[in-house]
Amino acid sequence: MDVIAAQGLAGVDTVGSSMGTRTVLELARRGVGGDAVALDPGGVWRSGGRRFSAPRSPVHDPRVTKGRTVLACGRRQHRLPVPGAGADGGLLPDMRWRVHRVSVPRATRVEAGTVSLIRTDGLTKRFGSVTAVTDLTVDVSTGVTGLVGANGAGKSTLLKILLGLLPATAGSASVLGLDVATDGPSIRERVGYMPEHDCLPPDVSATEFVVHMARMSGLPTTSARERAADILRHVGLYEERYRPMGGYSTGMRQRVKLAQALVHDPSLVLLDEPTNGLDPAGRDDMLGLIRRIGSEFGISVIVTSHLLGELERVSDGIVVIDGGQLLRHSTTASVTAETALVSVEVDDNQAGLHARLTAAGIAVRSDGRLLYVDVRDTTVYDTVRDAVAELGLGLVRIERQRHRMTEIFTASPDSSRSPSGHGDAHV
Amino acid sequence: MSEPSTPRAPTGAIHDIGYRHYDGARLGASYIRRSLFVDTLRGAYGLGRSARSKIMPFLLLGVMVIPAVVVGIVTSYIQLSSLPIGYTVYVVTFQVAVTVFLGSQSPAVTSRDLRFRVTALYFSRPLSRQQYVQAKYAGMTAALFLLMGVPLTLLLAGALLAELPLGEQLPDYLRAMAGAAIYALVLAGISLVVAAMTPRRGVGVAAVVGVFLVLSGLQATVRAMADEFGNDVFSGYTGLISPYTLVDGVVAGLFGADSSVGQGPPGAVGTAVFSAVVVLVVVGCYAALVARYRKALS
Repeated sequence: MDVIAAQGLAGVDTVGSSMGTRTVLELARRGVGGDAVALDPGGVWRSGGRRFSAPRSPVHDPRVTKGRTVLACGRRQHRLPVPGAGADGGLLPDMRWRVHRVSVPRATRVEAGTVSLIRTDGLTKRFGSVTAVTDLTVDVSTGVTGLVGANGAGKSTLLKILLGLLPATAGSASVLGLDVATDGPSIRERVGYMPEHDCLPPDVSATEFVVHMARMSGLPTTSARERAADILRHVGLYEERYRPMGGYSTGMRQRVKLAQALVHDPSLVLLDEPTNGLDPAGRDDMLGLIRRIGSEFGISVIVTSHLLGELERVSDGIVVIDGGQLLRHSTTASVTAETALVSVEVDDNQAGLHARLTAAGIAVRSDGRLLYVDVRDTTVYDTVRDAVAELGLGLVRIERQRHRMTEIFTASPDSSRSPSGHGDAHV
Repeated sequence: MSEPSTPRAPTGAIHDIGYRHYDGARLGASYIRRSLFVDTLRGAYGLGRSARSKIMPFLLLGVMVIPAVVVGIVTSYIQLSSLPIGYTVYVVTFQVAVTVFLGSQSPAVTSRDLRFRVTALYFSRPLSRQQYVQAKYAGMTAALFLLMGVPLTLLLAGALLAELPLGEQLPDYLRAMAGAAIYALVLAGISLVVAAMTPRRGVGVAAVVGVFLVLSGLQATVRAMADEFGNDVFSGYTGLISPYTLVDGVVAGLFGADSSVGQGPPGAVGTAVFSAVVVLVVVGCYAALVARYRKALS
């Protein structure tokens, strides 16, 4: 069986965010190889009860799945609920993925961008002489949306207005189709909020606290207990959840804060600086969780940050505000659109591959461990694949190069205020 | 399971069914307020909190209850014809225990949420600030009512076991219970406002106890001076200064109990004034709390 797959593809938390997945999709869309495609289907076909698909799940892309057998991979045992299928089928055995045949539930497909989640019209908020939000008009659709802006740009104020906690000075706003001025309680019933600041009493355990917060959202006690246990596991708190929260690390505290925002299964969560104060590993964990909330849990997310690089990794769309004004609103896809370069990493004999590709008339540039291959047309993918196969090399990854989101600022008219650096730009 | 087309094989084990959505009931604001009320009431006695936080409230409940039990036993043992301590005098007699209870527990009820900024989580939920304050106020009032009502009820039980006639005991008992309810409302209101204004650790305890002690001391001093000058009317009105004498005056004036501090409110006008002040204090405390929490998030 000829199977398209790539490393990272079946990583538990990487659907949609993994470059490996994108590469495979790109190959598949262009009709490259294979009568089967291996995909980590995320939460699409295995969520009990109500079904939900990741908004952009590759499982639903007919260009990927049409005419092919869809194989599901999971690195963890619990990701393999489809019983009875064969062993690894020879696919990427070193990862010990078990591969199963799955069907694709088309009916559960949820299109991203079809529902208006948040709409503001001329929204303005003044505190005395200070104007926090100025004439803000945006229309945010479902999925993960990053709200980026400097400290004091009006992000937190905007979130509070959206929760119906602060009255707007002028203009209007609606969340989930409900008016913030009149339907505050209904909005707050269906929205979760994770504040930026610390908000956990030290003398109770995470379990007790999250159960209490679930009841404060209107869940009966039994359901509150069940949901709290579930959600604490999802955010990655296990044994320590029975200890008083006073002894928690910042990472654990952030997880509890996230858990209380999700415990009542909201349609939308507002996360105010969720990566604040976390070390790089904790930051990665948190971003992975946010991505999962958007894809696997099927809950729309508004996440604020002043670090653009973080939002680039997790969000479908980006709203940039500066001084309370809308600077830019766009989808991450359009911001980080593909370039004509593909990076290729192999485990051995990089020079040999370089030579072979050059001989085939393809422009290749070597940079450290990576080869940058210019893909002028789709046959280049085949050439790369064949060359790797013939040389007997292990293909570590093929990755499409993308524009960086920081380029928004270099291109924006207001670029004087925005440093354009590499990596995380502090905007 | 959402995997209809694959035949089930016995080898399949589902270890994790992933994220589950919640389709159950979402109960409205009245349920939430009731839950918060129960939580506050339990919290005031340290239930659902650490073992250490149970010590103080139960110690104080013991201080309130044990004298009532002892009085009951003594009354029945030496066959007294009436209780050595009256129902309506009981709370004022043991006001120190009540004050310490207020000082130790009202910061736990209000300042804890403010200090650790948990209020942001409450107010991002369906409950309004008014409903939050109502639940907290009612919870603290109920806790206080228990603190005072349980010993009074035990006192009645002791009296009945000593075979004192129910007809003689009941009216005073009911007056005292009504008084306990008013005490609870007034004292809870004042202590919650003071605690909510002083969210810092330890300061709240001192502030609450301090306010009650200073007011009591002030009241006693002013009344002593008024007595010195022989001004009975003014002396009666000095009861307005301290919450305990204020409520005692209402119980004495309105329900016809004997004043436990000697001088009750002077006449019908005095009773009306005392009652009006009680109502004002309760309404004022509620309004102050709502205002305090309006400021808490914005």
